[in-house]
Amino acid sequence: MGLIISAVVIGGGLLWILYLSIKGQDVDRRIVYLFVGATVALAIIFRLEFGEVATPIVKSVFDKIENLPAGSKIVLSYDFDPAMAPEVNPMANAFIRHILEKKHRLFFMSLWATGQSLLSVSLNDVLKPEFPDAKYGVDYCNLGYKAGNEGVLNVVITNFRKMFPSDANGNSLDSLPMFKDVESLKDMDLLISVGGGKPGVKEWVLFAGDPGKIATAGGSAAVSTPLLYPYWPRQLIGLLGGTKGAAEYEAELIKTHPRFKDKGMPALRMMGPQTMAHVVIIAFIVIGNVAYFRSRRKGKQS
Amino acid sequence: MKRQIPMLILSAVGTLLVVSVFIPSARHWQEDASLYFDIIAVFAFFLGGGNLIRVHTEKVNRKSTGWIYSVVTLLGFGIMLVTGLFKIGNPNGIAGDLSQTGSYFQLLFQYVMSPLNSTMYALLAFYVASASYRAFRAKNTEATILLVAAFVILLGRTALGVLLTNWIPAQLSVLQIPNLAIWIMNAPNLAGQRAIMIGISLGVISMSLRLLLGIERSYLGGDN
Repeated sequence: MGLIISAVVIGGGLLWILYLSIKGQDVDRRIVYLFVGATVALAIIFRLEFGEVATPIVKSVFDKIENLPAGSKIVLSYDFDPAMAPEVNPMANAFIRHILEKKHRLFFMSLWATGQSLLSVSLNDVLKPEFPDAKYGVDYCNLGYKAGNEGVLNVVITNFRKMFPSDANGNSLDSLPMFKDVESLKDMDLLISVGGGKPGVKEWVLFAGDPGKIATAGGSAAVSTPLLYPYWPRQLIGLLGGTKGAAEYEAELIKTHPRFKDKGMPALRMMGPQTMAHVVIIAFIVIGNVAYFRSRRKGKQS
Repeated sequence: MKRQIPMLILSAVGTLLVVSVFIPSARHWQEDASLYFDIIAVFAFFLGGGNLIRVHTEKVNRKSTGWIYSVVTLLGFGIMLVTGLFKIGNPNGIAGDLSQTGSYFQLLFQYVMSPLNSTMYALLAFYVASASYRAFRAKNTEATILLVAAFVILLGRTALGVLLTNWIPAQLSVLQIPNLAIWIMNAPNLAGQRAIMIGISLGVISMSLRLLLGIERSYLGGDN
C-alpha cells in the first residue's frame, strides 16, 4: 500500500515537472528540493524495504570472517567522522556482530580523532547489550585513536607497543590477555578499515596489508568506493561500498545468523529511501534531457 | 641560512628514509621517523588551535561580515576543549577514556556534533538532484557515455535494477543492470583509476626528487 501511495505521489509530481519542462518553463530548484525531501520522507514513513543479495565483493569479506577458526584475531579500525557515519557505521556494527558471533578476538582502533567517540557509541549500543558475555581484554579491546595517520600503521606493522603503550582506558597492553601472543599487525588474521577518507582503506592496504601480507578488507563511503576497486581482489579481499554494501552484508548476516533479524538492521532500512531517491534523480536526468532536446529542436526549427 | 637549514633537514631525512627501504637492518629508521612525526603532530594541534583562535578573535574584534559565526566557532571550540581536556563528567576521572559514557565531551559529540555533521552531508542529496536536472545533459558523445554509465550505476545500486531486468535469461545475465553496474566498476572504472594512480605515483616520485635535491622550494614560502 505504501509503495502504491509513494508511486502515485512521486509519479504524479514527476509528470507535472515533465509537463512544465516540455512547455519550456524553468522548474525552480526549491521544487526539486521539496520533491527529494518528500520522496525520502514517504519511503521512511511507509518503511519501504527491498531485498538485498550479497554481491561477490561483499560476500568474500563475509565468507572470510565466517570461515576463520574461532579465536582468530581481527582488527577493526574506525576511520570516519559523523558526516560519513550514517553510511558506514552500519557496516562497522555488522562487522562487530559477525566477528563476536563467530567468537573471534576483536581489536578496535582508530586513525581518525572522531573515530574514538563513534566507536564508543558502537560499544554501548551494539557490543555490550548484544554480547553481554564478551569480556574486555579477552574477547575485545579498544586501543582508541592515535595521531599520525599512516605513520601509525608504519610502526604497528612491526611493533604495537611502540605506538600504543596502553589502550584507550590507560591499561598497559601487556595487562590484556588477548595481547599475549600479539607483537604486531603481522600477528593478525584479518584487518578491516571502515572509512571513506584519508587515512582509510587505501592506507591500510599500502602500509599494513600489502607489506605485511595480511588479509585486508574494507568498508567505504559510496563516493570513495570506485577509488578502491584497483586493490580488489588481490590486496583487498573484499569491500563494502556505501549503504548498498552495508545492506548486502546485513542481509547475508541475517541469512546465516537469523538471531540478528530483530536487531533492526539500519542499512537494509535505508535502502528504501535510497532507492526512491535514485529513481527520482534518474527521472530528473531524463526530464532535463527531454527539455534540452526539445528546446534544441525548437531552436533549429526557428 | 633561514632557507638552507630546512632544506638540509628535508634532504637528509628524506634520503635516510628512502635508503632505509632498501636496507633491512635500517628498517627501524622508518618507525622512529613515524614516532617523531607523532610528536611533531601534537605541536601541529597546538598551532592549528592557536591559529583558529587568532583568526576568529580578529574577526569578532573587527566586527567583520559574519562575525557572529566566529563567536559560535570560538564558543564551540572552547567548550569542547575544556570538557575534553579536563574530562568533565568522566566516570573514570582524568585517566579514563575520553569518549566514555557520561562524559560531557561524549555527550556533546553524540548529540550536537554528530547530528550537525550528518545533516550537512545529507544536504548533498538535494544538490545532486538539482544538478542532475539542470546540468546532466547529453550534449555530446562523451557526455552521453557518462550519462548512460551513471544511469546503469544508479539503477544497479538499488533493488530497482534487479526488478527491471531479472526477466533476462541466465545465458544473457551480463545484460542485467546489477551485472552491468559491476562490469562498469570492474572494467572501465578500474582501468581509469589505475591509469590515474600510476600518473599520480610518477608525479609523486618526481616531486619527491625535486624536494630531496632542493629544486622545489615552494614549501619554504615566499617566491622561491
